[in-house]
Amino acid sequence: MAKQHKAVALISGGLDSLLAAKVILDQGVHVEGINFYTGFCVEGHTHAIRQKDKSKPKRNNALWVAEELGIKLHIVDVVEEYKDVLVNPKHGYGANMNPCLDCKGFMVKKALQWIKENDFDFIITGEVIGQRPMSQRKSTMPIIARESGADDLLLRPLCAKFLPETKPEKEGWVKREELLDISGRSRKPQMALANQFGFVDYAQPAGGCCFLTDKKYSDRLVDLWETRNDKNYELDDVMMLKVGRHLRPKPHFKMIIGREEGENKFMEGYRKQFVHLRASSCMGPLVLIDGELAAEDEALAAQITARFSQGRDENSVVVELTDKTGVAKLIAVKPLAENGILEEWRI
Amino acid sequence: MSKHQLDARRLLCPMPVIRTQDKVKTLSPGDILEVTCTDPGVLSDIPAWSRINGHEYLGHTENHDEIVVTVKVGG
Ligand code: SF4
Repeated sequence: MAKQHKAVALISGGLDSLLAAKVILDQGVHVEGINFYTGFCVEGHTHAIRQKDKSKPKRNNALWVAEELGIKLHIVDVVEEYKDVLVNPKHGYGANMNPCLDCKGFMVKKALQWIKENDFDFIITGEVIGQRPMSQRKSTMPIIARESGADDLLLRPLCAKFLPETKPEKEGWVKREELLDISGRSRKPQMALANQFGFVDYAQPAGGCCFLTDKKYSDRLVDLWETRNDKNYELDDVMMLKVGRHLRPKPHFKMIIGREEGENKFMEGYRKQFVHLRASSCMGPLVLIDGELAAEDEALAAQITARFSQGRDENSVVVELTDKTGVAKLIAVKPLAENGILEEWRI
Repeated sequence: MSKHQLDARRLLCPMPVIRTQDKVKTLSPGDILEVTCTDPGVLSDIPAWSRINGHEYLGHTENHDEIVVTVKVGG
């Protein structure tokens, strides 16, 4: 019996990677999935954080895809290594802070390392020519293959017919004639294929596979870098960018204000690392201070905290301010007027 | 067969899944792993991960905001 070849499929959780893996599985190749966790992935967090999302069934789409395909999934934590990709992308950023081309190259390189360690034969991705302006153009496809070092071990089943033959095709591990020729931004061919395979209920993230394609999220990241004058970050930092309303009333401090119970609860877990405020004479959100709150800023921070509390229309609200050592004090303030929250404070 | 514990509290999904996966790699078939978590996402992710990768999900217990999920390592 001929040797069964083995491929690792990059699984983001979206439809394209699901289809790409399926096309290769159907050719009798042994496929396992690999999913890289950068810290910015859309999967997970928002569900864990926001109460209002809890009514929707929560699932990790990469796991869901693997289960649909009946393949194993290896999730790899690349949070540390990814920092360099994000901070110093050789090919720059896309529309927001998404370094897609470098990111793809990095992931394929990691997959190459993985296939060598695990004795697999080649790598597949769900890339489609012309799908994304930055990373999925015909001219960028060879860049990813070359810079990752994967070269002709990288097969894109959904658009393979537009690309030079890869080793799995040349060697007859897969049949080129059964690969596809999808291109462009239209999602119709993928949806038709999903239909043909009987996949329903698949995820279709609008912007891409990660938060870095989101304008608001990117603005917060740039603000973090600029105000700290340092692009290094911890996982906790990037997590906090997803939570709450962010206001920067002064250059040296930012306020993270819980928007609902789920966020407040999530932020509770972090409060000991931050100076934090909360109205004590009425209900109100938890507010974390990122940066340095000087003594002369305390009243303003308390007034803003009061503004977001249920006592916003009262003459006086008592706010509890707790420093990082856990010492708390009470400050009675008049809540800031609605128009006192300046537009330029919002990040 | 032995019993092991893993602390994945305050980690958000998929981190608890990754820690579980990495810990399971060091265990033997039949071993039991109890993972303490705070992200309720694990209630869907760890059973799914177990099914996919051939491990047995034995259930969970909840105590205030802490969730303990139990996995039996597959062969
Ligand atoms: S959207 Fe995010 S995860 Fe996807 S390729 Fe771009 S930077 Fe990477």
